[in-house]
Amino acid sequence: MSLMSIFDISGSAMSAQSVRLNTTASNMANANSAAGSPDQVYRARHPVFASIAAELLGDADANAFAGEQGMGLGVQVMGILESEAPHQERYEPEHPLADENGYVYYPNVNIVEEMANMISSSRAFQTNVDVMNAAKTMMQRVLSMGQ
Amino acid sequence: MTISFSNALGVHEQALLLRGERSQILATNIANSDTPGYKARDIDFATVLRQRMGMQWGDLEMATSSTRHIGSPSGAMDQGELLYRTPLQPSIDGNTVDEQIENAAFARNALEHQASFQFLNGKFAGMMKALRGE
Repeated sequence: MSLMSIFDISGSAMSAQSVRLNTTASNMANANSAAGSPDQVYRARHPVFASIAAELLGDADANAFAGEQGMGLGVQVMGILESEAPHQERYEPEHPLADENGYVYYPNVNIVEEMANMISSSRAFQTNVDVMNAAKTMMQRVLSMGQ
Repeated sequence: MTISFSNALGVHEQALLLRGERSQILATNIANSDTPGYKARDIDFATVLRQRMGMQWGDLEMATSSTRHIGSPSGAMDQGELLYRTPLQPSIDGNTVDEQIENAAFARNALEHQASFQFLNGKFAGMMKALRGE
């Protein structure tokens, strides 16, 4: 039943997008968290998306096209990577966390990038909700056949 | 005289099923709109439907009892062809999903699904009417 698997597909996308929104929230919240050493400083986190191969979902019969090369059936979060971008060092000798040279370390969070990520993920989430609703309407219609 | 469902329902039964399958493909595209390297897929609806109808109406198929068996050419054609969408503009992560195009295609497909459903429902309503004979 191919309409039924739309719920899995859009559901996986919604969960992946909410992971992305989660990391964005974490990055934004920690954008100004200071640390006393470069090892302890917060690093921006970003999820890595990958499409789920049809055979992994165990639903290869649902769609005649699902067996074909590269036909995915949803999204998964492969993992969450910490950004390798250089962190900020600020000279703030009065800061309680300052090291012996008077430096405080701030995260490598790019606020502008995070805002763009936030808008993109919330829009994508919304689109997938719409797709799920459309699939629901289509199924309800089919269920009323012959009445 | 026997009533055969495939004769009575015509193209609409296959069309409704194929509309459902296409909506799954388009939903996958929309779901993967942020996946790096994902290539948007779609089918040529008319071609696939014609292939399926041709299959149903009398083509002989070789039996395959194992996934390693090679089916007859018409059997292989039944899979249709899952094509790749040509992107209008390149993206830095290799993703070819254009969200607007996919959204429009999904909405259109949903509407055409409704049209197929209405035709099919009309066929059933007609048969019911004939059976009741009122």
